[in-house]
Amino acid sequence: MSKTKTDAKNDAAEAPDAKDAAGAQDELGAAGAQLSTAPLDDSAGPASGPNMPALGVIGWIRWFWRQLTSMRVALLLLLLLSLGAIPGSLIPQEGTDELKAQDFKDTHSTLGPLYDKLGLFHVYSSVWFSAIYILLFVSLIGCIVPRSWQFVGQLRGRPPAAPKRLTRLPAYTTWRTEATPDEVHETARRLLKQRRFRSHLVGGSVAAEKGYLREAGNLIFHVALIVMLIAFAAGQLFKSEGGKLIMEGDGFSNTLTQYDDFKSGSLFDTENLAPFSFRLDRFEGTYETSGPETGTARTYKAHVTYNEGADGPEKKKAIEVNKPLEVDGSKVYLIGHGYAPTVTVRDGKGKVVQRVSVPLLPIDSMGTATGAIKILDGYRNKDGKKEQLGFNAFFVPTFAGEGNGQMFSQFPAPFNPRLALSAYHGSLGVDSGVPQNVYQLDTRKMKKFKDAKGELLKKRLKIGETMKLPNGAGSITFEKELKQWASFQISQEPGSKWALGGAIAAIAGLAGSLFIQRRRVWVRATAGPDGVTVVEMAGLGRSESAKVPEELGVLAAALHETAPSAPDADEKADADQGAVDSEDPDPTPDVVPAEGAEK
Amino acid sequence: MTLATTLAAEPNENLAHISNVLIYSAMAVYLLAFFALMAEWLFGSRSKVARTAAALTAQAGDAAEPAAKAAAASGPAVTVRAKGGTATLERPKQTAKAADSGAPKVVTRAAAGSRDVPDGPGAAAGDEQGDLYGRIAISLIGLGFLIEAGGVVTRAMSVQRAPWGNMYEFNITFSSVAVGVFLTLLALKKNVRWIGLPLITSVLLDLGLAVTVLYTESDQLVPALHSYWLWIHVSTAIFCGAAFYVGAVSTITYLFKDSYEAKLQAGGTPGRFATSVMERLPASASLDKFTYRMNAAIFPLWTFTIIAGAIWAGDAWGRYWGWDPKEVWSFITWVAYACYLHARATAGWKGRKAAYLALIAFGCWLFNYYGVNIFVSGKHSYAGV
Ligand code: HEM
Repeated sequence: MSKTKTDAKNDAAEAPDAKDAAGAQDELGAAGAQLSTAPLDDSAGPASGPNMPALGVIGWIRWFWRQLTSMRVALLLLLLLSLGAIPGSLIPQEGTDELKAQDFKDTHSTLGPLYDKLGLFHVYSSVWFSAIYILLFVSLIGCIVPRSWQFVGQLRGRPPAAPKRLTRLPAYTTWRTEATPDEVHETARRLLKQRRFRSHLVGGSVAAEKGYLREAGNLIFHVALIVMLIAFAAGQLFKSEGGKLIMEGDGFSNTLTQYDDFKSGSLFDTENLAPFSFRLDRFEGTYETSGPETGTARTYKAHVTYNEGADGPEKKKAIEVNKPLEVDGSKVYLIGHGYAPTVTVRDGKGKVVQRVSVPLLPIDSMGTATGAIKILDGYRNKDGKKEQLGFNAFFVPTFAGEGNGQMFSQFPAPFNPRLALSAYHGSLGVDSGVPQNVYQLDTRKMKKFKDAKGELLKKRLKIGETMKLPNGAGSITFEKELKQWASFQISQEPGSKWALGGAIAAIAGLAGSLFIQRRRVWVRATAGPDGVTVVEMAGLGRSESAKVPEELGVLAAALHETAPSAPDADEKADADQGAVDSEDPDPTPDVVPAEGAEK
Repeated sequence: MTLATTLAAEPNENLAHISNVLIYSAMAVYLLAFFALMAEWLFGSRSKVARTAAALTAQAGDAAEPAAKAAAASGPAVTVRAKGGTATLERPKQTAKAADSGAPKVVTRAAAGSRDVPDGPGAAAGDEQGDLYGRIAISLIGLGFLIEAGGVVTRAMSVQRAPWGNMYEFNITFSSVAVGVFLTLLALKKNVRWIGLPLITSVLLDLGLAVTVLYTESDQLVPALHSYWLWIHVSTAIFCGAAFYVGAVSTITYLFKDSYEAKLQAGGTPGRFATSVMERLPASASLDKFTYRMNAAIFPLWTFTIIAGAIWAGDAWGRYWGWDPKEVWSFITWVAYACYLHARATAGWKGRKAAYLALIAFGCWLFNYYGVNIFVSGKHSYAGV
């Protein structure tokens, strides 16, 4: 038999399968044991009896460990894990939506601080949630290691010998034949081998077992869970994520200084940034033109040219919302887009000061956008003095027409663009060293350009139109060249390949574990005193297996072909057969045939 | 500038209309099937069968008389069949070939500790008229399924994409898949005909909800939903849900049947209605096994669904796992089903406790499907409730 441990705890009587057949455990003995390597449940405490000797520290540790790695505690931890995950889906999380979380804190003056203390605004990185899953995974490891050893032992050993009374098993059959016991055993072994059972002759009967892959699959699944967890954790620690806004025609190379914003895990090193670069050639957006969802985006495509490595060959690709560019282990996602109107600013003499395309930030889904145009150098006013110019810009790609209320866009594509500007001059305040928002104008040190009525100079421009600054201060022209920009998220998450590998292994393991049945078959042929051989066959599987009697039926039918029933099994022979035969089922046709025995 | 050059195909109003007509027709057919199923149960109630009690007393007798124990235990169903006297509870017969050659018969024996009770004969309980209505119901369900599937397909054609862009589409697909799972199990000769009534009742509720509260004009998807992962992830999600649903129906039935058997075993007398219904259902042990098989077979697919979703999220949102409410609830559902499977392998957790876990797990799935879309906002909520 294949028992690999001598530990009394591991005795057959305590194995779950034997428990299923509690009434028959004495008869089954070792034969029913270890159809699975599941840990045993011993819920009794280390000092369960009132006058148990006190356990030392070691005893307690061992008890605690045994509890932690028991199925019962694993089950409770799993339940806790699912319960613990719930609050994070109902309370806004800082990690996913910081604004909402802040909002919640502001509006709930009593709950807010309480939740904060309990870590409910970042459940999945909170101490208590981590405690649950770390305990679960410690339990998992504590469970897998001994199970793997046990399984290796079973693989190296042989199927256990037949129990004394085969009639006690869930599936049983018997008949009398004229073939000798040796012939029957020989044929049985051949048949079983054909069906890829591991079998051997032990104690006067053939013992066979099949379906070891179930156990292997189960172990692989649980190991894969650990791989996935580690990969996920590594991903969090080493990941980096940065954003970059790029205008059509402009490029980006993957160094820290080029990012607009950048976040990274605590173990990330800037050395790890992959040396690639790309250029946005063109952005393409299409929208629904009719129906109730007019204006809803249909496709977004950013056509880019990229280089792998510092000087790899140029390649082209269209990045779409669901289709990031993968390059050097980084992924470049398209996350936003907008317009960048081009303007030409001239001074009083008509000399071009600057021609720039300025990215504006969209404020609605129809492409309405706002921003600021800042002319830092090169401009001299009519007195020849250096000055800076600033314009507040408001842009719509499709203007509804004069008199149609406020200037908001009717459609996200530029069918009828307008650019509304208001003008300032003076100091933009960018030299003060304080970082400035590029989309906002700081007018504290600026003066308004005034129109004829003495109010702030404003004008709404069509493409090609020009707004004249008063008193020969120059002009600004809305050029035909309307650019688009796209914003990208560039991220690196090193563990993801491992996580995927783990996931695939987990599914494969699961399939093995759930779809394969581990089962045992015994064949015993004994010579009766009248020279006729009595063949007994029995099968044992896990409690859920309905296929065991079916398979036994097929095997029996096959064996029966080489060892056919002896004519007229008479009463006398039956009686001689003793205990075993007297327990035979009634051989009338009323006996329930095995499911599927028709094969 | 090249803008708005390639415009998305407009939904085909005509096909969308046909789809609506088909869905309404399917509802009408299911309603007829519902009445036929009711008739089957009603006629079935004429037959007075009480084989559970008989089987249980037989068992008790065995226990009292140890000498006879082994014999009875090796062929308990035999006893039962003799007393029950109805053909429907027979297990498959051996083929002529095996029988002719006198091949040995296999005797099965229930695991000790579990009640050894025969399966009920089904809703019609051998009543011929009931059985006729049952067959009519099955044919109607088959017809309804074809019509409803046609409705789903025309809807998909009308929008030229997978028909799972909003909850209306999700609902009609969900119910047709659930009916499809039922019909497939029937075709595989599984003992599931009794599920017909609860299934069709809920399918009617589901469709009613779909056409009234959840109805959405057919339309295109926002770009974030455009991906072949939509086909993979959402189709497996729907399939898992439908199969889990069938499992949940059987879990609930198991709980009822189990208490019924327990009551009988304890010497109680259940009410007449309970007796009439319960006697016709499969034995609690069979229901328990069926539940386990459904859930265990679907669990790997559900795992795959979550992983496919994570891969898609990795492409669409730049991270493969971000604890979005929908992700959280898929995860909770997954852990809950893992709990159930563990419970089945844990001493002291089998049977009713495991069944409660299975129900909780399905509750999580339902909440993920309805609750999260309606009550919680997250990245998934553009699925247009
Ligand atoms: C991380 C969380 C865990 C998950 C998601 C999980 C999931 C599963 C699933 C789905 C099964 C079903 C496979 C089957 O029935 O054969 C299973 C089986 C099993 N798990 Fe886990 N498990 C986890 C943790 C653990 C831990 C901590 C232990 C150890 C105490 C454990 C021990 C087992 C055993 C022994 C089986 C096989 C039971 C049998 O023989 O049927 N699992 N697990």
